[in-house]
Amino acid sequence: MTYATMPAIAVLGAGHVGPAIARLALDAGHSVAIATSGNPGHLALVTQLLIPGADPLWAADAIARADIVVLAMPLHRFLRMDPNALSEKLVIDAMNYWPPTDGKLPPPFGKESIGTSEVVAERLPDATVVKTLNHVGYHELETYARLSGSMDRRALGVAGDDLEVVNTVSAFVDRIGYDAVPLGSLNAGRVLQPGGPVFGTVLRREDFERAVHSSAEQQKAFGLAEQHYGRSA
Amino acid sequence: MPDQPMNSTAAGDKGTAFPLVLGLDTFGDRTNTIEGQPLSHAQTIRNVVEEGVLAEQVGVDFFGIGEHHTDYFPMPAGDLVLAAIAARTQRIHLGSAVTVLSSDDPVRVFQRYSTLNALSSGRAEVILGRGSSIESFPLFGYDLADYEQLFEEKTALFAQLVEGGPVTWQGTTRPALRDQDVVPHLEDGRRLATWVGVGGSPQSVIRAARLGFSLMLAIIGGRPARFAPFTDLFQQALASFGRPPLPVGVHGPGHIAPTDEQAREEFWPHWRELIRLVAVERGFAIPTEESFAYETGPLGALYVGSPETVAQKIATNLRTLGATRFDLKYGAGGLPHETLMTNIELYGREVIPRVREWMKEMTDMSRLVANGESNWDQAG
Repeated sequence: MTYATMPAIAVLGAGHVGPAIARLALDAGHSVAIATSGNPGHLALVTQLLIPGADPLWAADAIARADIVVLAMPLHRFLRMDPNALSEKLVIDAMNYWPPTDGKLPPPFGKESIGTSEVVAERLPDATVVKTLNHVGYHELETYARLSGSMDRRALGVAGDDLEVVNTVSAFVDRIGYDAVPLGSLNAGRVLQPGGPVFGTVLRREDFERAVHSSAEQQKAFGLAEQHYGRSA
Repeated sequence: MPDQPMNSTAAGDKGTAFPLVLGLDTFGDRTNTIEGQPLSHAQTIRNVVEEGVLAEQVGVDFFGIGEHHTDYFPMPAGDLVLAAIAARTQRIHLGSAVTVLSSDDPVRVFQRYSTLNALSSGRAEVILGRGSSIESFPLFGYDLADYEQLFEEKTALFAQLVEGGPVTWQGTTRPALRDQDVVPHLEDGRRLATWVGVGGSPQSVIRAARLGFSLMLAIIGGRPARFAPFTDLFQQALASFGRPPLPVGVHGPGHIAPTDEQAREEFWPHWRELIRLVAVERGFAIPTEESFAYETGPLGALYVGSPETVAQKIATNLRTLGATRFDLKYGAGGLPHETLMTNIELYGREVIPRVREWMKEMTDMSRLVANGESNWDQAG
């Protein structure tokens, strides 16, 4: 997939995560639409004050004009969404299965061998799903964004089955301020999930790669990172 | 208008005057002896009463207790503890920080806090929360999947209860009410001071405005300044619902000791352990020394340091956020009661006077600038 101009972004969800991603995308020069499950009129004030430059739209309109759709709603809300709405779309899954807010979702959610983004992809047969942006706290996403080449730039994992699409999303991740680390498959995106070795941490690329690629040495990697950052702090 | 401490007046950036309120919050964090032995839940609770009484003695405006149901925060019935503090104090305002309304009955919450209001002669407040710590849901048989609807319905009912008079209400989360008189009534036609604690969701800010509750921003990580647009959002949303401006407050965790170094050393191991405990269920990152240095630095969310450092950070953030209230969440699992008493003493006697002075200076200065009588160079 190539674009004559920068891909247009639709962010679905205007809670904690959606506005943070939307602002980063706007700063990087993307056109950004934001939508919830409801009337965009209710989003006007939020958009004007918190995401200036974004267009509040009905979800269907936001999706229709977007090249990349970012899922930034609670996972249980996604399950109520019409899967056909995302047909043929490149979809970034920034959601996590979070029993404290989602309640207990039916299997295969919660099954260790299957990533939650694989379940999401299964529900969206005509879309291409890439997992990223889920493993850094929404309150840290903007704090740690840096221009390419910055010494203290951090990394985000990008997991997907289609190499070309992973590259497209990696370019997006790079533009919004992070080194993209492709993970090979959507299934491999399990390392980005809650409880995984990089969840909730904001690591530099080398530490990120070490943590991800040697999950067995997970604890050691944490220790190393802590030591490393302890010294540099 | 909610009844609030009237000690001095601060003006937010928007020029709306609300009293400057400087308070303390606890979750009843389980404390250790100085030797590091954990105290019983019962002793921890008795200690919180002493902490509340000391808070009044040293000039703190508000003492809040957050509802929790865990071994490390054994504090499920904060209103009882507040009643004990009320019986031994005269001036300090007392409230929840927060009440997990989603898993409680709004009628009972109103009754408990209007009773506290009676006992304390008008000093009770409620801060409602949807519940970012959610251990009360399974405990009382609520399904977490319903948490949004539970909070939406229950805050709306609570707003009706606060208005006073017979209540007629129908919903899905509790039995209907028809012309129900809910007692005890407040005196002199007052309303129970009610706030909504918000963790960063714009929709929650708009809900608070729609229901006419004051806004308490819970900022526990990252740059507090990023919440500044929320104040505008809140005030503009209030205006769009035809409501007058209401105050905005900030809740932030911290620890005060005589020096910056001592405060950090005392707080760090307990903070790391606490976040380790709650990280799994709440999605927090485990703090590293680097993240701790950031959070305790000028841009971060933790108010850890000497009275001077903490006062400066509070005043700066209140100014940046257009807020007129700050509640310091003191303590962290295992910090001894004696250390917490020192923290409270320093907060009341040293931090609060400094913050008041600086807020007043900044307000006076911006008035002068606004009136064209001075500029920053001359004023400095």
